[in-house]
Amino acid sequence: MTLQSQRTDQPMRDQLRGRRRPLERAVIGFLFTAAAISIAITIGILWELGSESLLFFQDEAVSLWDFLTTTVWQPQAGSFGIWPLILGTLLITVIALIVAIPIGLASAIYLSEYAGARVRGIVKPLLEILVGIPTVVFGFFAVTFMTPLLRSIFGVSVVNFFNVLSAGIVVGFLIVPLISSLSEDAMAAVPSSLRQAAYALGASRFEVATRVVVPAALSGIAAGIVIAMSRAIGETMVVTLAAGAAPRNFHLGTDPLFGHILDPFDSAQTMTGYIAITASGDLSYNTIDYNSIFAIGLTLFFMTLGLNSLSRRIVKRFRQEYE
Amino acid sequence: MTYFPEGDEYQRLLARKKTKGHFAKFGLLTLLILAVLALASLLYTIVSDSFGLVAVVNEKEPSQIVADLGYDPARVSLDSLDKADLVTALEGAISNNVGRRLERDRRFFDDRLVFETQATWDEICASSGAPTGCTASPRGHDDVLLLVEERVVQPDIIAAEGLLPSIFDRRGFEEKVRTAFATNPERFGDYTVDQVRFEWRAWLNMRFLTTPPNSKPELAGIRTAILGSAWLVVITVAFAVPVGVGAAIYLEEFARKNRINDFIQTNINNLAGVPSIIYGMLGLAVFVRLLEPLTSGSLFGTGVDSGRTVLSAGLTLGLLTLPVVIITSQEAIRAVPNSLRQAGMSLGATRWQTVRSQVLPVALPGILTGTILAIARAIGETAPLILVGAASFITLDPSGPFSKFTALPIQIFQWTALPQFEFKNLAAAASLALLVMLLALNSVAVILRNRYSRRFP
Repeated sequence: MTLQSQRTDQPMRDQLRGRRRPLERAVIGFLFTAAAISIAITIGILWELGSESLLFFQDEAVSLWDFLTTTVWQPQAGSFGIWPLILGTLLITVIALIVAIPIGLASAIYLSEYAGARVRGIVKPLLEILVGIPTVVFGFFAVTFMTPLLRSIFGVSVVNFFNVLSAGIVVGFLIVPLISSLSEDAMAAVPSSLRQAAYALGASRFEVATRVVVPAALSGIAAGIVIAMSRAIGETMVVTLAAGAAPRNFHLGTDPLFGHILDPFDSAQTMTGYIAITASGDLSYNTIDYNSIFAIGLTLFFMTLGLNSLSRRIVKRFRQEYE
Repeated sequence: MTYFPEGDEYQRLLARKKTKGHFAKFGLLTLLILAVLALASLLYTIVSDSFGLVAVVNEKEPSQIVADLGYDPARVSLDSLDKADLVTALEGAISNNVGRRLERDRRFFDDRLVFETQATWDEICASSGAPTGCTASPRGHDDVLLLVEERVVQPDIIAAEGLLPSIFDRRGFEEKVRTAFATNPERFGDYTVDQVRFEWRAWLNMRFLTTPPNSKPELAGIRTAILGSAWLVVITVAFAVPVGVGAAIYLEEFARKNRINDFIQTNINNLAGVPSIIYGMLGLAVFVRLLEPLTSGSLFGTGVDSGRTVLSAGLTLGLLTLPVVIITSQEAIRAVPNSLRQAGMSLGATRWQTVRSQVLPVALPGILTGTILAIARAIGETAPLILVGAASFITLDPSGPFSKFTALPIQIFQWTALPQFEFKNLAAAASLALLVMLLALNSVAVILRNRYSRRFP
């Protein structure tokens, strides 16, 4: 039989077309549904955050303008200005980054450019253990180790039992492995020909690392730091346990900047901390407290979403392709 | 013009470069060691608070119990008493109600009842909800001894010390407690310094793992929390693994490159970065409130009065872990070489047949690893559980998907937030238990990966 004859041979053609397989169609339908559920989740998140926030802003005690511009969060007194909570979140995030960027980057540089196979074999799994530890255990660590340590260093009268410094440092520990592993991946992707060229020109190991490898991997490193920042903003348990439950209300201009607004030794509530504390009480539905956590959740959602897209854009935009 | 140093200047510059390099290396190493130290201090804190010396005061001294029973406390110790005597001691110290409850859990003797009357006993054993005491074998000597210690001796821990100071500076701890008694006696109520006994205590012990929570830290345990976590894992896996693996198969094997599928992929990556507390809010709004008839079990005529059940929490964690399962499964499926697919299809198999019998078996170890990582995430996650209303004080074992529940991380959170020092020790012990579980899970993942992963040239 030639190819030509197959094409005209009607029964043969039907045979090759294959049977209908309803079960297989059903399976593929299920697979598509499974993939589409992720979209349903996103819609669900946006819908519930949005609709509850809408209820919140429709309440006569609240106005969107005051929510975005005033600096006192005191639900009992009817003041809903989100800035004290954002301030708490940002303070802890900045402290965490100050701790985590040097440690994470140095670990990545050391592991990628200096360490031999033996040191890597020991240290990398250790950092991976750090990733697997639940955040509530970090919270316990902050309260029972870091806070007493800070109080014994700076003095019990200076450091409040609940303080942003302790929470910030421990959140920093939490994101170190994120920064180090993402940076190390980025450095590993730098082709070794670049390193060899630099060595051939007489550069020292340190010069190769800081002037060749790090600049070449900068987009990956920056993306990793942004991801870590988003993680620190969304972190809940450490800040709830260690940073306290009082929003740091402030008045720009009258309150001292370093004595009160940016004081690392005093307590502050974060956005996530407020949500967790409010929800852990006996929360009744359709009250202003209940609705307020969704308005804050929405703010939090957009902040982390923005950072995550930023990190992806950094990678896309500044990625250096090597042959 | 380029400048090439020579001679002495060359040597000087080279030396400077070397010193700089040494300093840099030293600095990097210091920071790396700092990271390792952070981990070490975290682990040390947990272990140190889980084991150590405690100062105990007994409500009733064992020698007193022995004397009350008519023996000579100088010659007879509490644990050498026989069971009948121990039961007598117990009988004299606890209320009839408590005694009846103990007896219904497990009776004391085969041939006689201590707290119940024979008539009531026959009646409750004949009823449909007969307690365990009707069928279980009677309590042994050690079990009764434990009860006597718990209910009659009632040890009260008034101070605890960390592991290293306990080993190296026992005298310092004893001195500290005595000074506290001398300077501040009203803190200890009726106790006197002579009653204080110093002994070793492992906060993480079998009793701790097998008893429900208690408002007295000496008697509290994590039984209900462990069972709650187990239920959560079962529900999470039952939801996230079929859906997650299905989505991964679709995206890798069936999806054409078009807008919708690109959007789904981006969306999954975005979902992986959403803070866990937001999932908690989704769970609160959808599973706890919207689907309350379903998640509280009232649709099926059972369950509790609200949607704050283990089912709601499990589904919430299922949504949370879904992106993790999808992404790791996608990676596993992508790692399957194309030649396998082509071979399958060239033999006339349909796309699904190829996936089912060629691709999935090869990708299975990777998918399993992803599943285990998702389980690990679900076990340790706390914030969403707070939102969907995990209760902290649950003394009954969860009996099904519609029961109220607590979980291990919730218990740790609650204990850490309490001011009394004993609860810190309990939180440490529970953390240690949690970490051991996670370590075991991760080891299983590593073993699976090494054992079953096939490499293709």
